[in-house]
Amino acid sequence: MKEKPFAITLDVGSSLANRTGAWRTERPEYVHRLPPCNGACPAGENIQQWLFHAESGDYESAWRELMRDNPLPAVMGRICYHPCEAACNRVQVDDAVGINAVECFLGDEAIRHGWTLEAPQATSGKRVLVIGSGPAGLSAAYHLRLLGHEVTIREAQDRPGGMMRYGIPRYRLPREVLEAEIDRVLALGIALELGARVDDVLAAQRDGGFDAVFLAVGAGIGRRAYIPAGDSARILDAVTLLGGMEGEGPPLLGRKVAVYGGGNTAMDAARTARRLGATDAVVVYRRTRDRMPAHDEEVTEALEEGVRMKWLSTIKHADGGRITIERMELDETGFPQPTGEFEELDADTVVLALGQDSDLSLVEDVPDLAVDHGTVQVADGLMTGHPGVFAGGDMVPAERTATVAVGHGKKAARHIDAYLRGTSYRPGPKHDPAAFDRLNTWYYADAPASVRPRLELARRVSTFDEVVQGLDESTALFEARRCMSCGNCFECDNCYGVCPDNAITKLGPGKGFAIDLDYCKGCGLCVAECPSGAMDMIPEE
Amino acid sequence: MNAAQQVKFYQVGSLAAGNRLLAPELRSDQSDPDRSNALTCGHRACQGCGEALGARYVLDAAQRASGGNVIAVNATGCLEVFSTPYPETSWQLPWLHSLFGNAPAVASGVAAALRAKGRTDVRVVGQGGDGGTVDIGLGCLSGMFERNDDVLYVCYDNEAYMNTGVQRSGATPPTARTATTQAVGDAPGAPFGQGKSLPLIAMAHEIPYVATATVAGLRDLEAKVHRAMGMRGARYLHVLVPCPLGWGTPSHDTVRIARLAEQSGLFPVFEALDGEVTAVTKIRRRVPVEEYLRPQKRYAHLFTPEVRTDVIARLQRAADRNIARFELAEEVLP
Amino acid sequence: MLKQTEGSRAVAETVAYCRPEVIAAYPISPQTHIVEELSRLVKSGALKPCEYVNVESEFAAMSLCIGASAAGARTYTATASQGLLYMVEALYNASGLGLPIVMTVANRAIGAPINIWNDHSDSMSQRDSGWIQLYARDNQEAADLHPQAFRLAEELSLPVMVCMDGFVLTHAWERIEMPEQAQVDAFLAPYEPRQVLDPDEPVSIGAMVGPEAFTEVRYLAHAKQMQALEAIPDIAREFRQAFGRDSGGLIHPYACEFADTIVVALGSVLGTVCDVVDEMRADGVRIGALGITSFRPFPLEAVRTVLGHARRVVVLERALAVGVGGIVSQNVRTALSGIRLDGHTVVAGLGGRPITKASLHRLFADAVAGRLGHLEFLDLDTALVERELARMAQTRRSGPSAENILRDVGSNR
Repeated sequence: MKEKPFAITLDVGSSLANRTGAWRTERPEYVHRLPPCNGACPAGENIQQWLFHAESGDYESAWRELMRDNPLPAVMGRICYHPCEAACNRVQVDDAVGINAVECFLGDEAIRHGWTLEAPQATSGKRVLVIGSGPAGLSAAYHLRLLGHEVTIREAQDRPGGMMRYGIPRYRLPREVLEAEIDRVLALGIALELGARVDDVLAAQRDGGFDAVFLAVGAGIGRRAYIPAGDSARILDAVTLLGGMEGEGPPLLGRKVAVYGGGNTAMDAARTARRLGATDAVVVYRRTRDRMPAHDEEVTEALEEGVRMKWLSTIKHADGGRITIERMELDETGFPQPTGEFEELDADTVVLALGQDSDLSLVEDVPDLAVDHGTVQVADGLMTGHPGVFAGGDMVPAERTATVAVGHGKKAARHIDAYLRGTSYRPGPKHDPAAFDRLNTWYYADAPASVRPRLELARRVSTFDEVVQGLDESTALFEARRCMSCGNCFECDNCYGVCPDNAITKLGPGKGFAIDLDYCKGCGLCVAECPSGAMDMIPEE
Repeated sequence: MNAAQQVKFYQVGSLAAGNRLLAPELRSDQSDPDRSNALTCGHRACQGCGEALGARYVLDAAQRASGGNVIAVNATGCLEVFSTPYPETSWQLPWLHSLFGNAPAVASGVAAALRAKGRTDVRVVGQGGDGGTVDIGLGCLSGMFERNDDVLYVCYDNEAYMNTGVQRSGATPPTARTATTQAVGDAPGAPFGQGKSLPLIAMAHEIPYVATATVAGLRDLEAKVHRAMGMRGARYLHVLVPCPLGWGTPSHDTVRIARLAEQSGLFPVFEALDGEVTAVTKIRRRVPVEEYLRPQKRYAHLFTPEVRTDVIARLQRAADRNIARFELAEEVLP
Repeated sequence: MLKQTEGSRAVAETVAYCRPEVIAAYPISPQTHIVEELSRLVKSGALKPCEYVNVESEFAAMSLCIGASAAGARTYTATASQGLLYMVEALYNASGLGLPIVMTVANRAIGAPINIWNDHSDSMSQRDSGWIQLYARDNQEAADLHPQAFRLAEELSLPVMVCMDGFVLTHAWERIEMPEQAQVDAFLAPYEPRQVLDPDEPVSIGAMVGPEAFTEVRYLAHAKQMQALEAIPDIAREFRQAFGRDSGGLIHPYACEFADTIVVALGSVLGTVCDVVDEMRADGVRIGALGITSFRPFPLEAVRTVLGHARRVVVLERALAVGVGGIVSQNVRTALSGIRLDGHTVVAGLGGRPITKASLHRLFADAVAGRLGHLEFLDLDTALVERELARMAQTRRSGPSAENILRDVGSNR
């Protein structure tokens, strides 16, 4: 070192002695907020986290993260109505992230590569009976098994899957996908008994020596409405139609089919009819399109496939290949009122899609188990009034979707697990929501959503090939990378970059950042320029 | 075309400082945990200082581009005062401060010495604020340009003499309130002069490289420093650095305000080779000038007690002229 | 090697032998011949490695020197008059930063009225700039002072001005003993900077220093100049050993022993002064002369030793401290603090007016005879200024004096 002239010439970096942190009145801190997708997912998936892995191309880690909550990603990636996407903050920038498509891609990747989970030892010594192999039952069995319990599923039908098999057409859910995911769940060491209808749940529990029971029998009985009909009228319900598609030969419908109802099942029935050769499939619904319970996507696809809609109509009579419908109008409360105006339509078959009920005969004799409006009443932990008997899925009061059922299965498993251990399960506190106004969206590259390819129309009305197809790898990756990581750090380094005082330390991949309070002056730039709203300013005491 | 490398869509692309999805060599210098921090902690810049930020961005990039062989020459001003009050300096590279108006000439001297000593591997960066550059230092700067001395000169433009207490400089925009153009009288704030675009003046010297940038465009700024450091001769970089104190903006808004300056068209971001504009950064989310002006207390008299729509319209025309002149509007794809 | 040459050229060639690595040049009379010759030497490759930079002002010239010197290069420039004043801010900076720049000042008057001819107004105005100032008596010394100036500057880390009278010396052709390159190399080692801008060993140069240390910094600058009082004679001694000539040093007393009257002067006028002294001594007048080479630092002790026994001291000023009189005189008086003698300040040769032997004879005779006032202006056209003063007294606004005087001068013809 040279001898430096006094005062004029200084040693580099000597300002480290000046702790500018003393200037601060507020300090930044890193926070975790609940992203809207996660918040909206009925299955409680940590969507943002599995997208995080997918963004880096680590699909297996993404899939494993996904599998922590949902054992059926390839199925859900096809049939879930993705409330996550409706909630996605990116809607306010361009379009929602195609979460469902990425989920489908990950599920397919897992099947293609044969990724499996290691089956844990059944260490608890407890045995659980799951009744029903639909999404709720499979999900509960899966989670219970992973929690170390021995699980048996009893299924009344010949094949497992519940409504995923008997209610959802193949063109929406190819059966090889369903089979693959069910097989993977069962491979964890879950006993499945098929054609094993349970008539008395307590007897079954007692006889089998089960410590707890999870009821997930679904809602598989098509609701009938009284329609004055002649002898030659052919009327069947949608559940029978769709279930019949899994039998030896498809049901005979004729050239002209009327479907009565406005839900997703009505759409499935009408679209199935088109594929079975109906030249004219008409959905008769008493209200208007915007009041239809069917998801918009389903209605759109049905219309694309030539399904016709008769809005504001009720069927008054059916006979001899013809139906009489009455035109309705909505009153001020939005309720349809008859107008006395009628018309006739040709209809070889009338398919009723007016809702479904659960067969609750198996719980008739269970003490303290309450049934109301055809659904089993459960407490927050999905336990019925009878200790040790839990219920979920379509048979309890909730939105009837496969994703809700999967969520019920997970939730029930956690409470059953706690019940079996003599404790109670308390979910951790939820983070505050990651609201859109916390984001600094400037930083996200412009990227409109990618569209999942659709099967060509000619094949859609002539085959049961899958309509909505998966994304290829690059598109799925693109879609995953559209995630804005709302409310959680994704290591974009902005805070580290924009600090004028170098008061942020980068800890390395996966480790995030630390704020050096010796030098942080509390300017707040890091918080303002955090794209994902994963930082807050808090007052100094 | 943005000067920063266009990155295929990667969540935040090249807009954020870093991006774990990018290969390390494609990430910004500022995202590097081992960046040089040419200007380190403990300096006495105000909270949210744009100049402190800009200087670190520039010098870290310059050091990266030259293998750490950079000598910096600093004009008098905020940057000098807040970084080197005896007995502490925040610089971590060889640094020399001489006077307010002579930084370009001093830098030329350093470059001449290095050339004479055969140390052309060591590169020289001169830097100063807008006062030191567009006003008192313009003579020396012009000489440096004209001789094509091997110096990258960087102006950190915060549009007034901030160090002395926010007085008007040749770079102060019309209507802005400063301590010497106060918000009083019939035409409050700085008068509508002819303007003094130093980037255009620099281009008139036909020096190899001229560019503008803001602290809101880190990647763009770094790319320009790297490009400049890859050339020899006189190079000029003009960086807009908002000043929370002088502009009357919250300390956390420094980057946002710079972004609005760019997105309103008031501060065109471009680069020029040998006197010709060769690339501009297109406006991505265009905003009316009002959106830029309103958050700044130096323009408060344009909004209270009444909104001076006439004056704002005049400023908007200036922005529109920039947008047309530099072709800043995003092309609409057919 | 003896050479018939121009003063500027001798200086330029000697500077080139000093192997400066960076030269900043801006034209101003009468220093131009120096930088022109250096330009030729660099361009031709005779002086290399050297960067010769044509800058756009003297302010830039000194600023460029500051940068070059801080980066470890031996650095040189030359200027004069207005140019020196234009670089004033940078002058103080160079000395404050302790940068060993060597600069030749071809002494010239300062306007207005603009005047390109010789006096010492320019460099005298910078006596407090922190630079060492050496004044050359003749062109031999002007050339010789440059290797010494580099030695001194680099030894102490201080800038040095070599002052030589404009035109009188710069443009005068005479026989000069030119050094050899090897001699200069042996005398002047390569520059080893005390502080340098180096990426391998970074420092911050030019910090802001507040009240807590500013006095100490200034004191140290003073202390370094005090060290120069020892270094300057040492270097001159070494120079004599190497080159066999007496050049430089602090002062040059001439016939001062047993002199009652001593004339103090700086620069080329000393030649004329000594001639007159010789002639007067031949007439039995006890008169001597003292040349001051080092005006900064001012050699108080040496001056006191020489002048302390005289009865009267006449200081020949080549600059005017308007409002008080002499500049050198004030420093001489400081040197003679507590000693009673007659002191006379004579302002002479402003703006190139010749200082003739006849005038000096008259002046010294008056001094010896006790007819000299404390402040005199040599060869002042008293009638002319009195007319102007009278005019000024009549009306407060009488027009620019300079023009009036010119008119008077014209009408006299």
